[in-house]
Amino acid sequence: MGNNNSKKYLNPYLGGVLLGLVLLAAFYISGRGLGASGAVKSMVVTGIETIAPAHAEGTEYYQNYDKSHPGGPLHNWLVWEMLGVLVGGFISGAVSGRLKWKVEHSPKITSKTRLIFALIGGILFGFGSQMGRGCTSGSALSGMAVMSLGGFITMAFIFGTGFAFAYFARKLWI
Amino acid sequence: MGPLVVNEIISANTNLFLAFLIGIGFGFVLEASGFSSSRTLAGMFYGYDTTVLKVFFTGAIVAMLGLLFFSLFGWIDLDLVYINPTFLWSAIVGGAIMGLGFILGGFCPGTAFCAFSIGKLDALMFIGGLIIGIVIFTEGFPLWKDLFYAENMGTPTMGEFFGISRGVFALLLILAAFGMFWVGEWAEKKYPRDEY
Repeated sequence: MGNNNSKKYLNPYLGGVLLGLVLLAAFYISGRGLGASGAVKSMVVTGIETIAPAHAEGTEYYQNYDKSHPGGPLHNWLVWEMLGVLVGGFISGAVSGRLKWKVEHSPKITSKTRLIFALIGGILFGFGSQMGRGCTSGSALSGMAVMSLGGFITMAFIFGTGFAFAYFARKLWI
Repeated sequence: MGPLVVNEIISANTNLFLAFLIGIGFGFVLEASGFSSSRTLAGMFYGYDTTVLKVFFTGAIVAMLGLLFFSLFGWIDLDLVYINPTFLWSAIVGGAIMGLGFILGGFCPGTAFCAFSIGKLDALMFIGGLIIGIVIFTEGFPLWKDLFYAENMGTPTMGEFFGISRGVFALLLILAAFGMFWVGEWAEKKYPRDEY
């Protein structure tokens, strides 16, 4: 069963070539790579400015962000790109018959455990992406394509730390 | 000559529309390659599924080579392409925190949105976590401001840093990637995947 499933996926090297062409298109058209966490950040900053305007006005960080990202989420390149990701992922899932509400987890853990660790992982990744000036897409993948030293360092530490802690997290996955 | 928007060949709004189209391509390729499954993503760290390694490095190499050739043909001005700045300590600390988030959460931000688009609820939970993590960072910014700006090295490329040309570095990276692909194929044979 699992084999049938995995056969429906693209050959990984072909997928990689296509990913590279999408990334190249982003550079050629917009002069910048792909990203993901920046879109969430744009929404977060706007959310905070809407919920607590006085607080946002008195906080240097949000004022600086607005100066460097004028126009809000609707004028943010990454927000539009991530909306596209939702559409593109949905189309691929629909074509391959993979659309399904589901909590995917190892049989050794419950759905609840999986959700709790997904939340913890998300919190860490959200924080880390801000510290590292971009996530796997914006810092590591796009950074590597332009041969940025920082991009390579971030990439090495994302995957290196993942491998370093894999043993302790093994029950979640194998 | 590219980049089109920087050279004002297309307008800012066209750029946003193209961002949406590029995003569709990005999301489609991620999903079609299996990145909508946390099990596939985490598999790289245990060797039973090295799809991430193959897709990620092939993508980086293709885009890198594409940029070099576009530059050679005069199609793109690499001086106008954004190069991620290098702040040594925040790159290390941020990367390490992200790595821990990756092994516990099974997603990164882009793949979480991709997985949510086909209905993965664990991905939605991860996205909720991303929002919390970003709020913690922005609200607590004065606490880690010094770390965030420490050791600013500007925007060095790997070639500049190691004193070799772009082309030589690209060749070395391609050779390294082929070596990793070989290890990945070997690992997948050695650590068979438990299906569920």
